[in-house]
This record gives sequence, structure tokens and C-alpha cells, in this order.
Amino acid sequence: MKQALFASAFALALAGCGGGEADKSKDNGDKVEIDRNPFPSTYTPYPSQTVLLQDATVLDGIGGQIENGDVLLVDGKVEAIGEDLTAPDGATVLNVSGKWVTPGIIDNHSHLGVYPSPSVGAHGDGNEISGPVTSEVWSEHGIWPHDPGFPRALAGGITSMQILPGSANLFGGRGVTLKNVPSRTVQGMKFPDAPYTLKMACGENPKRVYGYGSGRYPGGAPYSRMGNVAGYRTAWIKATEYKRKWDKWEKEGGDPPARDLELDTLMGVLNGDILVHMHCYRGDEMAQIMDISNEFGYKVASFHHAVESYKIADKLAEYGTCSSMWADWWGFKMEAYDGIRENIPMVHKAGACAIVHSDSDIGIQRLNQEAAKALADGKRAGIDISKADAWQWLSANPAKSLGVFEKTGSLEAGKNADVVVWSGDPFSVYTQAEQVYVDGALMYERGNAALTPVMDFELGQPGEGDLK
Amino acid sequence: MIRKTLLSAVAMTALALPGFAQDLYIGNAKVWTGTDAGVVDNAGILIRDGEIVAMGAGLSAPRGGIQTVDAEGNWVTPGIISAFSRTGIVEVSAEDTTNDTNASGSAFSVALRAADGFNPAATPVAVTRIEGVTRIAVAPSNGGSMIAGQGFVADTSGDPDSMTDERAFVYVDIGERGAGLAGGSRPAAWAALRGAFADARGYPARFMAHNEGDALTRADAQAFGDAVRGRQLMVVAAHRASDIRQVIKLKAQNTNLNLTIVGADEGWIVADELAAADIPVIIDPFQNLPASFAQLGATSKNAERLIAAGVDTAFAHLGDDSHQARLILQVAGNAVANGVDFDDAMAAITTVPAQIYGLDGYGTVAVGSAGDVVIWDGDPLELSSAPSLVVIDGDVQSLESRQTRLRDRYLDLDESERPLAYKN
Repeated sequence: MKQALFASAFALALAGCGGGEADKSKDNGDKVEIDRNPFPSTYTPYPSQTVLLQDATVLDGIGGQIENGDVLLVDGKVEAIGEDLTAPDGATVLNVSGKWVTPGIIDNHSHLGVYPSPSVGAHGDGNEISGPVTSEVWSEHGIWPHDPGFPRALAGGITSMQILPGSANLFGGRGVTLKNVPSRTVQGMKFPDAPYTLKMACGENPKRVYGYGSGRYPGGAPYSRMGNVAGYRTAWIKATEYKRKWDKWEKEGGDPPARDLELDTLMGVLNGDILVHMHCYRGDEMAQIMDISNEFGYKVASFHHAVESYKIADKLAEYGTCSSMWADWWGFKMEAYDGIRENIPMVHKAGACAIVHSDSDIGIQRLNQEAAKALADGKRAGIDISKADAWQWLSANPAKSLGVFEKTGSLEAGKNADVVVWSGDPFSVYTQAEQVYVDGALMYERGNAALTPVMDFELGQPGEGDLK
Repeated sequence: MIRKTLLSAVAMTALALPGFAQDLYIGNAKVWTGTDAGVVDNAGILIRDGEIVAMGAGLSAPRGGIQTVDAEGNWVTPGIISAFSRTGIVEVSAEDTTNDTNASGSAFSVALRAADGFNPAATPVAVTRIEGVTRIAVAPSNGGSMIAGQGFVADTSGDPDSMTDERAFVYVDIGERGAGLAGGSRPAAWAALRGAFADARGYPARFMAHNEGDALTRADAQAFGDAVRGRQLMVVAAHRASDIRQVIKLKAQNTNLNLTIVGADEGWIVADELAAADIPVIIDPFQNLPASFAQLGATSKNAERLIAAGVDTAFAHLGDDSHQARLILQVAGNAVANGVDFDDAMAAITTVPAQIYGLDGYGTVAVGSAGDVVIWDGDPLELSSAPSLVVIDGDVQSLESRQTRLRDRYLDLDESERPLAYKN
């Protein structure tokens, strides 16, 4: 009795929080309620001041560059951007002449938290290898918020990131978009109202892990790329049937269909609520995935790694998806063999959406440098792109791929004040992030221990968060 | 092919034939010499028979027909040396048939020579060369044994004779990996290493009566002989401060050893001891995360602190040392951003690795130096810069790789006349 009371009080308390957009299906006779957001974000912006950043080279993130530009941050939002802005009363005015100001970098491919440092066996929470279709798992349930990689990424100007499950499976599970703000819980990092994403994977990994798992893994299908495609389509067929049942029930009521966590996620994709992010290296495979998505009526938000996007950049532009890419990784496996240094600028040139991503706890600390290399290599190949345009690879385009561009990803009035002040030109190897604002709050300042987070794991250890 | 006109470096590249041995004059260069001469502006460099025979400010082109290149005031540096790589012994890392970095099924350890697996024509060699890296120290990786085998030094010309030193060093992992391979603990690793030392020193006598030593086979004990007597470099992988101290102790007990530590994420904690013991380190300045319990002290300040303490410090890109050894220039630039002097960062990818591997005449641009030089189109450590000319042993190198061929094929996707496969 006592237990039951507690349980219901708990439920009430949760409902009272109302933190999310709990999409509760309305009563149609059976009192069935499905909470579509059972792990709502508890993040709220930290206190911020009114800050006027003055006289910087400003990249607005959507192709504009202002010399001697000002950026005004008020109440956690970008209030204005331009020349000779007037500081409101009480504003902190920072002359940042000689420095550059950009939107915070958004990495749409990270495994921080699910493959944290130290990478001991107990920390391997990024791949639910138990089967080729595990769309029922959510990366946020594997994230260790105390990963020392988060503050290192912050020092590299990362203000938001997508944490994805790994690529062992055809359907790896849900990804989640986080604010790069330390928290005791994952919920405290979740980007409010960001849509969920679904990680899928092409090619070598699923067929190796299952078909040729050498006894380490469960074995069974898929053994080949043929099996991969059959696996995707079989799952989408099941999801389509599942969705049909729920749509019917929404309309007609009666007994609700049995819930299936795996198919819930896939139905979310078919309903347009969940964005597909798909690990896919080879151009010919991406072309097949685009056909599959057309067959079942969804859209790929971004191909990831996309080492061969340059081979089909025209087709990617026509379909309208992004490619999340490294500047120069190649050769570590067969599907990465044709990597070239001009991939990113060639995708951009074709009019397709290009994104610089990391997939690395080291790379995430200097994505601006990856963009710089790609920009220079493109230029050498005759593709002239401005630094202002190239910054879209780092903020606006990843924000679009995650469905959060309305809120962040550029320095436009009304957007979240996710801002980085760089010591100089961020396309130079010698430049570092000096200040990082998240929702207007100064969350990192180089050389200032009071504004450098140290994760629990590192306290009392030899390095102590790279502060010792 | 003898040219008397001054050509720009770019034009030269187009005309030069790879491996075309001839004398070469480079004019109007801003030379980072790697010597006490520092940076010499408006310099001329004369290379004959693969060696620099004259270099200095105002040195003009000699009379008579000679291939000449105008550096147009740009930076000229020694060829970059990758201090620790796996370039050229693996084509596609995940494809075992193409991967000769290690052999977990082999009965041998020290006797394994990475040089036997070197393929100068491997695509990563050219990919590395065209970024200005002219020499690579290549180590085997640990397969079945904490002593991985012997590494080599080669140039990146891709020529059949590109081996510089076939048995440059023995590579041993005494950290977590080595401990695991030795049976599961650091004590096991050190017992195995001590046993291996005894086997090598006792060779051949202790193998008269039986074939097996305490830790090594007969062939391994023979192969280890030079290293344990200090006649061959031993490169030891270790990160944790206490592991590094153990290596320092090993040298104190065996003063003739020629040791270098690779990894050394916690090197800064024992920097003074390393300097006093005269043990150089090869580090990756990108490493600033507690990636393991042996790397809890990893910091972006490691390079600055080691160098300040007087430790001979070379840089390598250890994150992907087979296909991305080329990134050491970016690595070095980041070290500068984190407090290292530009000259020390340059030394960490030229003179210091040359000194570690005993490569006399490499890593510098001076009279008597080898003809490994690179002309850059900007600051060599800057992200936007690239080589406009790469010279190895006096030979102008091709700046083409399989990657540039793919790029050129796909720059224009027009297939209206023929499929792209016809665009060669």
C-alpha cells in the first residue's frame, strides 16, 4: 500500500515537472497514455550577464563576416550583431579587437559519455551488439555525464553535440543532442526540445560484427551488404505495419496495440519526429539508402563519415541531405580507402550540405582546424570558399541536421547565445578558444581555473582536468 | 631536362620527374636550418649528388646547367621526419592480408623485422610524402609479445632502395599493453624483459644445452643482442610516471643502453629525471585525456614542460600512425599553440628524431646535410600550408598520390559523354 502511494506520488511529481513535450495520446475510452518523453531535459541556462563583445572579426555562421563587428548577448540570447552597437546599461563590455567571434561549434557525431575516458572495459556503453536491430536502445542511457572529454571539447569551442550509439548494428538506437554543460545527470545536459535521432549503419561494421563475429558476437545475419539491405527493409516493413495499427487506434480507439520499444523509434522516424543519422562511407551505398528511404517514406538527415560523398555530391544535393565528414581520415578499412582531402569542399561546391564531424574525443577538440584543412585543400584544387561560408560546416549545418537550427547554430538575433571568442583567426593552427558562452553564460575561459570544469573522475588525480 | 631559367616551385613540380637524380639549386629561400644558424633569409641551397654542398644568404646559382627552383621567399625546411609510424607496412588497416604491423600467431618477437614487410609502393607512403614528410621511423606493433620486434627508418620516395636503416631499433611495450601480453601484469612484463635481457646476453652459451631461453627463442635472443649491449636503439612504450621511472631505473642499471620512450603522456611528471638520465621521448601533443589509468596525467602542456626541463622531445601522431603520420605538422602547430617555441616544435619533427635514430645529416639544412628539403607555400606548421616541392636525397619528388588522382577524377561529375571511369 505504501509502495503504491509512493509510486503514484512519484508519477504526479513527474507530470508536474512538465519539462518536456509529453505527447500524451488522448483518452479514447481506454485511459491509455503514452509518454513520448519519459526522460525530459532538466537543463536550464545558467545565469548570464549582458555582454557586448566589441571590435572582433565576427562570423555570423550563415555566410557573413563583419570586420570590427560587435555581438550583444542579453538574457542568454543573441540580441544583436553588427557594427558599433550601443552597450545597454549595466552591460559588460569586452573589447575583443584582433579576436574572432563565431557561433559555438556543434559536433553532430560524438561518442563522449558512451565511450568515455578512461576507456576501460566497464565504460563500453556505446554499442548494444546483442542484435542487428536495436532501435529500442537510447544512447542517453549509456552516457556517463562525468566523461572528462566533455570539458576538453568545451575548451575547443563545442557548445552542443549529438551523442550517438556506435555503428555495430543496422539500427544502433536513438541518439541525443546535448548542451555541453556539465551536469550530474544526462537529463541536465539534454538540449531542450531537440528531436530524437536514430543511428543507422551501412557497410562493413554490421556485416562484420554479426556475420563474421568470430564467436565474439552473436552471429547470424547480416553476413553481407545484401543482408544489410534486407535487414533495413524488413525492419521498415514491420515499422510500417506497427504505425498503421497505431494510426488506426488514434483514429478509431479500442484496444491499443501492444507497445514495442524497437518499433516505437522506427515509427517515430516514419512520423517525421525522429531524424535518421546514418553511418555510410561509400557513395554507391548512400545511393541505395536514399532509395530505401524513398521506398518507406522517410529522409536521411545526414550521412556520417561519408568518405565518398565527393563521388556522388550531385545526387546528395538533389536528394537534400547532409554529409558529416572528417577532413582527412582514410584507409583504416576498405570502405575508407578512397578518402581524399577535398571531400568537404567538393560536397559544398556541389550545393550539398557539408558538415565537419569528429567521431573522436581528440578530434572534437579542434573541429575548426579540420574545417581549416578542408578549406585550404579545396582552395588548392580550385574551389574557393570563404571562411564565413565554411563556418556553416561547423555550426549551422550540424544544427540543421539535428533539427535545432531555429535555436542555435548562427549569430542571429533571438538565437541562443552559444558563442565562442577565439584568440585569433580560428582557421589558424595557433588559435584557441578563449571564451565559450552557452546560452549566454560564460562556461569556459582559457587560463581561468574558476571557469574550467573538472569532472569527478579527475579530481585528486595527477592531471586534475588538465589544470595541474 | 637541364634548365637554366629560374622556375617557380609550382612550375618545377610539374616538370620534375620523380627519382630523376640531378643537381639542384634552390634560390630565394627562407630556410629553417635546424642548426645554430637559425633561420636564414634570402638563402640559396645547392645540392649535388644528393647532398647539400653549399647553403647561405645570397648564395647564387652556380654557372653551368643546373636545375634551379625559385622559392620566392617561401619557407624551406629539412624534410620532416616522422618519429614513430606504421607507414608502409599496412595498406588497409582492417584487412589482415594487407596488414604487416604485427603477427599475434608468430613464435618470434625480437627477430620480427618490420622492414621485411615494408612496401615502398604502399599508398600511404606517397600520401605521407606529399605533405612534406621525407623520412619515417616505422615500428612493428605488438601482436603476441611485449617485444614487438625491430623497426626501421626509410625515406618516402617510394623507390625500391628507400630503406635508410633496416634494423634501426627494437620496440618494446612496457605499459598496459605489454603487461597484458606478458601474462597480465606489470611484474610479468618486467620479469619477461629481465629474462629477455639475460637470454640475449647469455646467447649463444645458454642455448647450447636447450633451445629455449627464459623468455626468448634462440632467434630472438640472437636478434636482441645489439639492443641489450647498447649497439641498437630500444624504443620503449610507457605512459604512467611510475612506468617511466622503471625505465629510467633500467637505464641506471644498464648504463650502456640506448633508450627512447614513446608515449610518455605523464612524462612531465618525471621530466627532470628523464633529462638527468638523458632519455629522449616521442610524444603526441594531441594527447590530453585520461584515456587509460596509465594516462591520468595527460595534458596539453606535456610538450612544453618536457622541453623546458631539457628533455629531447620528438613529436609523432600516435592516434593514427599508419595513414595519418602526415599530421605531425598539425600536431607540432598545436604544441606551439600550447606554449612550445616554434623552433622547438620544428626540432621535434626534424633534428630530434634524427638524433634519436642516429640519422647523421638529416633533419637539418646545412653544408653536409642530406638533400632532403621541402619548400612550403606558407608557414610549415600552419593548416593552410602545403609543400610546393619535396626533395629526397636530392631528387625532386612527385606530389601526386592515389588520393590526388581520385580528386582529379571527381572534381567534375559530368558523365554526359563517358563514365568517369574513362577519366584517367
